[in-house]
Amino acid sequence: MIEVTNLHSGYGRIPILHGIDLKMKPGEVVGILGHNGMGKTTLLRTLVGNIKATSGRIDFAGHDITRASTAERSRTGIGYVPQGRDIFPQLSVMENLKMGEIMRNGESAIPEMLDHFPVLKDLLERPGRGLSGGQQQILALARCLAGRPKLILLDEPTEGIQPSIVDLIAEKLGELRAALNLGIILVEQDIRFIRQLADRVLIIQKGVFVAEISPQQLYDREAVDAHLGI
Amino acid sequence: MDLLVVLSIEALRAVASLALISVGLAIIFGMMRVINLAHGEFLMLGGYAAIVATKAGINIWVSTLILAPLVVAIIGIIIERTVIRFLYGRPRDTMLATWGLSLFLVGITTTIFGNTTEGISAPAGSLQVGNYYIAAYSLIIVLIAIAVFAAIWAVFRFTRYGLIARSTMQNPEMAAALGVNPPAVYAATFGIGAGLAGLAGGVMAPITGIVPTIGAAYVAKAFITVIGGGPAVLAGTVSASVLFGAIDQIITYLSTPVIGEVALLAAAVILLRFMPQGVTGSFFRRAS
Repeated sequence: MIEVTNLHSGYGRIPILHGIDLKMKPGEVVGILGHNGMGKTTLLRTLVGNIKATSGRIDFAGHDITRASTAERSRTGIGYVPQGRDIFPQLSVMENLKMGEIMRNGESAIPEMLDHFPVLKDLLERPGRGLSGGQQQILALARCLAGRPKLILLDEPTEGIQPSIVDLIAEKLGELRAALNLGIILVEQDIRFIRQLADRVLIIQKGVFVAEISPQQLYDREAVDAHLGI
Repeated sequence: MDLLVVLSIEALRAVASLALISVGLAIIFGMMRVINLAHGEFLMLGGYAAIVATKAGINIWVSTLILAPLVVAIIGIIIERTVIRFLYGRPRDTMLATWGLSLFLVGITTTIFGNTTEGISAPAGSLQVGNYYIAAYSLIIVLIAIAVFAAIWAVFRFTRYGLIARSTMQNPEMAAALGVNPPAVYAATFGIGAGLAGLAGGVMAPITGIVPTIGAAYVAKAFITVIGGGPAVLAGTVSASVLFGAIDQIITYLSTPVIGEVALLAAAVILLRFMPQGVTGSFFRRAS
């Protein structure tokens, strides 16, 4: 579904990614683990198009999207839930959901999203800024999924979220992944969350993947620490 | 009693005029954070478009309400695509560029039309209120302002474009990640702001006449109103227009128009001293 070849990118003249290679099948969930500053968020921002690749290539669904704009990538089926959620603070919950499918034709996915995330039903008229962190995370996920993406990029979805909502998000992602054959690239610090969802885990250090491990290996603390360079 | 009715209508006309000349700037500055020092010249261009079209035999209502905003909206989109889009997030550069643009527009209109006042007659005749006569056009300006604000509110609140524009102004990167093309939204929104300035210029042309330098008179009042209104684009523009327009008109009645304008400026200084966030920044949470 997505194939990333020797991808380099960074901020201005500061290079962050130094040759990322990644190949994913449809419906696969890949977890990315690494310390802060190793390039996890930069990789997602480069894949979604917020940062331009300085070299390398990104193919998605059979098309070279390396030079495509963020909007074009979204329309080809890449969804993005950034770190911090980026809910539109002055739009209501319903308007945020409508934005998720604003560029998609066909039947609205909002009723289905409200069935998956019923907590949003009572909040539809509330402005995004009035939600708790957990509610915002659920809204960000529902908004992304309303666009019917083929692949979603999740940047630390459990950050600052209470455990019950983390469990709910993991459960729903598992269900939706199976139902929609949804691919997920999951950047996460919460090893338990990655273990629940990921088919395989890539360790990133200094802008390159240095190891691939199975989710089961995440139980082995020593192995994880060794891969993370601790 | 008759005098009170006449004064009330004139005060409403002053408020409506202030709101009309400010709303385009409120959208461009309030939503896009672009400090457009050529806003007055957009009004001037709208005035000339209305006058030229009317003198060419086109119905005055078509000239002022359709052609003037359309012409200036197109000019605005061209300017956004060729100048402004390179300067987002650089307010000082934007001010310099739009100031230069205003000088260019004044120069080119002076070359074309000369430095003399052009005008057209106000339509709709006059109304008798007891022993007084007032221009019916004053009431029409009030109605136009109400219609314009209602239309803007409805467009931004209920339409697909409105939702896209509001989200893009709040977070362009996230809007793009949802498939929106922010540069197109910026161009359209700048065009709408410019078009509203053109509409105001066209509507005011029968009252004020137009000279190439008239923009300078408009832009100061528009900026005072927008900044005094605070962050809420529509509610802020309306509330500041009511406050400043009423003060201007009351003091003008009690003294002279010049002192009325001085009172408007003094009111703005006092307002911003005690409410640095403007009226809506102090009384309401941010809204559109």
